[in-house]
Amino acid sequence: MNNDTMTNRVANKYLTFVLATEEYAVDILRVQEIKGWSKVTKMPNTPHYICGVINLRGTIVPIIDLRLRFGLDRLEYGPMTVVVVVKVLSNGKERIMGVVVDAVSDVYDVMENEIKPPPDFGTVISIEFVKGLATVEEKMVIVLDIDYLLNSQELAVMEQRMGDGG
Amino acid sequence: MAIDMTEVRQLFFEESLENLDIMESNLLDLGIGAVDRELVNSIFRAAHSIKGGAGIFKFEEIIHFAHTAETLLDEMRRGEHLVTQPIIDVLLRAVDVMRMLLTALKENTDYDAQLVTECQNQLTSFLKTPMEGGPVGGTLPSKSTSPATPALPPEAQSAVKKTQIGGSSATIETVPAAGTAEGETEADSDLEAAGEGWQIDFKPHPGMLKTGNDPINLFRELANLGALEVKANIDQLPAFRDIDPQICYIRWELTLHTNAPRTSIEEIFEWVESDCDLQIRPLQLPEYAQITEELPKPELNATVEPTWESASSDSPPTNLLPPTPTSSIPREVANREVAQVATATLPELAPESVVNMTSPVPQRASPNVPPPQVPDNTLPTPPEATLESPHGQDPHSHPRGSNTQPGEANSIRVSIDKIDHLINLVGELVITQSMLDQVGEHFDQSRLSQLRDGLAQLERNTRELQESVMRIRMLPISYSFNRFPRLVHDLSVQLGKKVELKLSGVHTELDKTVLEKMSDPLVHLVRNALDHGIEIPEKRRQAGKSETGILHLHAYHQGGNIIIQISDDGAGFDLDKIRAKAVKQGFLSKDDPLVDEQQLHELVFLPGFSTAEQVNDLSGRGVGMDVVRRNIRSLGGMIDIQSKKNQGTTFRIRLPLTLAILDGQLVRVGQEIYILSLLSIIESLRIKPQLVNSLAGKAEVYRLRDEYVPILRLYELFDIAPSTSQLDQGLLVIVEGDGQKIGLFVDELLSQQQIVIKSLDSNFKKIQGISGATILGDGSVALILDVAGLIQWFHHGRKTAGVGRMS
Repeated sequence: MNNDTMTNRVANKYLTFVLATEEYAVDILRVQEIKGWSKVTKMPNTPHYICGVINLRGTIVPIIDLRLRFGLDRLEYGPMTVVVVVKVLSNGKERIMGVVVDAVSDVYDVMENEIKPPPDFGTVISIEFVKGLATVEEKMVIVLDIDYLLNSQELAVMEQRMGDGG
Repeated sequence: MAIDMTEVRQLFFEESLENLDIMESNLLDLGIGAVDRELVNSIFRAAHSIKGGAGIFKFEEIIHFAHTAETLLDEMRRGEHLVTQPIIDVLLRAVDVMRMLLTALKENTDYDAQLVTECQNQLTSFLKTPMEGGPVGGTLPSKSTSPATPALPPEAQSAVKKTQIGGSSATIETVPAAGTAEGETEADSDLEAAGEGWQIDFKPHPGMLKTGNDPINLFRELANLGALEVKANIDQLPAFRDIDPQICYIRWELTLHTNAPRTSIEEIFEWVESDCDLQIRPLQLPEYAQITEELPKPELNATVEPTWESASSDSPPTNLLPPTPTSSIPREVANREVAQVATATLPELAPESVVNMTSPVPQRASPNVPPPQVPDNTLPTPPEATLESPHGQDPHSHPRGSNTQPGEANSIRVSIDKIDHLINLVGELVITQSMLDQVGEHFDQSRLSQLRDGLAQLERNTRELQESVMRIRMLPISYSFNRFPRLVHDLSVQLGKKVELKLSGVHTELDKTVLEKMSDPLVHLVRNALDHGIEIPEKRRQAGKSETGILHLHAYHQGGNIIIQISDDGAGFDLDKIRAKAVKQGFLSKDDPLVDEQQLHELVFLPGFSTAEQVNDLSGRGVGMDVVRRNIRSLGGMIDIQSKKNQGTTFRIRLPLTLAILDGQLVRVGQEIYILSLLSIIESLRIKPQLVNSLAGKAEVYRLRDEYVPILRLYELFDIAPSTSQLDQGLLVIVEGDGQKIGLFVDELLSQQQIVIKSLDSNFKKIQGISGATILGDGSVALILDVAGLIQWFHHGRKTAGVGRMS
């Protein structure tokens, strides 16, 4: 219990960004940088939401379009398109990935206990990658579990599913 | 003076294992009969080095064992033994035992003590002179170095002398024996040693402390030799506020009452020689003292009672110094303290203890006295550090159980030539840079040609630098080949065959990773050649061949590849037998007409396939060849077989020079640029529509001379918009992977260039058909195509050809 109260008091900073009309949040410590759109190299044999890879100062970094990942409509990429470069932990290894979002919104302090578990939608929407919902300034912010969202294992599973479908 | 022993240990193991290799290969070269002194000498030296090194770390088992082997070698050297097969065998076994011991010590594991004793007894049974003493105790090297001064290798002594004379100081050399012959020096030091002691003037240069030398440690060492009086001369000491704690202002006069020889004192000061003015005079010979002009005036010295006032209050009030080698007192404090304490008499701590210098540089020749029981110690001791904790009392007599776990150090030994070359290149690079800098400073159109020149030079520098850096990772293949003489020797004895091993191209250099990964496959192939290839002498005679079979290992460069050939002149592949066996094991249907010679050879690489009549411990289990091929393929290489019945078999392994860089051909498909390894490309051609045929509706094949090659439209597979889908508008690149050919339909061939391979799966995951990525000159990413993967995808993925099109 003691532990819980301790963590409850800790406020974490979250970076939020906008996708369509919704506001999503990621732990700011996971954000490496925010950059503009640059030309990607397409990757064959990958799910459609993977735009491709870019050269980030000598490292090959995959870029994922979150709109497509969430099943929203595609938005044309342009100079205003924002890529949030995040560090993802998968299998104990740190990977760097870029996430295409509509716009970066704000940085909020969110207490750990303010994050409420998402309601169960059954199978209508996949909410596995939602860590919880938080209310900030009377708005609902969706806190993302980016490790789950961008786990390459998950990507591989998706690919398998799509392959079966095709 | 504390040094990292683990590092030195690691070095000892590396060197010792190398010495074992030397012993082994020389033993194998040793002909039966008369003794080749040169060879025996080098074997002896290697054994001796191992023993010497082991002595430093007190690895008793190795010392003792190596000593026995060494004694036998010494007897051989003196011509008391002829070289016989049994002697060679027992020495080879001794090498194995030592290797086992070393590995056990290195990894802190146990070893087979019985094997050691057995081999030891075998060795001893050959000895003519009985070993003195008991099995272990009697042969330990004596710890004391001081009485053994005459046994010092002469060059070590002269070296000490030389550095002293050549010291950077202008002080008058007061060594009594200076300029006399070495023999006299020895006599002198003996004579002097008999005296009452030594007067030492020690004047550190101001910067001495910055080199990490702390006088207090030196004094402690001296105190170990006898009663020490220390007088500090502080007349150089500035006002307190001007004191720079990193500068040594103090000089010392030391009086040491001891009967230790001069060399013992010189040893203590060996590491500070260049940072101080040092004069050592025997006591009771006052006339020497007058020669020194710079002698500090004694009346300036404050004299304090002979108590050691330590700054740290917890140190014992007695004069006994804590035995820890490192100073427990902060240096600055210690220095100031020494300044205050004018005279401190240090009682004799352990008069019999070893006074060896600790040395962080193992190559430095410190006087390493061969243990007295070595029958012939005129042999120059190989340069080796005599390493010892300063007080010689550390209880690390046994390495096992200590917590120093020597990690799997992945080090590489690089020849000085390569480093020097690198330094030269960096120099050139700097010159080019400054030249470009100049051009850029006042740039106008007239200087354009200068700029071009500079850039061209920069390009050349970069390329050369890159090549040189890559070359650091390259090791001669002899590292791998050198183990084969032993293997062949042992195996041929075991199999009752006569085999001559030929090695050629041993200097061909290979990437270290490649070399390491190749070593198991090579061993397997050599074993196979001996077991299946070369026949027993009788059979060979019947076949009209000489009784001795020849196994030839050959390495050479070809194009951008390294070729390793393993050929024997043995029986060759029995194709009928392979066919029969393949049918029996279900790899082949009976009377399959399509199987030609090459395909039958390929069968050998299938897992579980073996033609051996019976399984023995060498080979025949049918595992192995598939592993060999898999290993080679994982390195981006390939293996093929040429075999003629009764004439022999040749395995040819083709390996890329390095794994990090490849020669790439850039191809364009639509807007995308892909890279093909030049090695995989057989040819590129413009498609003649009349040669394109379609199979079963959709599949297209191209008639390439006398074969049909399937056409793979890359844009289809990758789902990108091509510039053209008309076959005659683009190009067909015939590539080969996994022994299959395929034609890739691309829009255009671009340039060829060396590319640096970047891993995709470090941030992403493996993608079928893509082996990696690289960054092109414009900063964009291009994918490297994996031909074998593409072919696989093409064959298996045709039914789900829409995978990429799902968007």
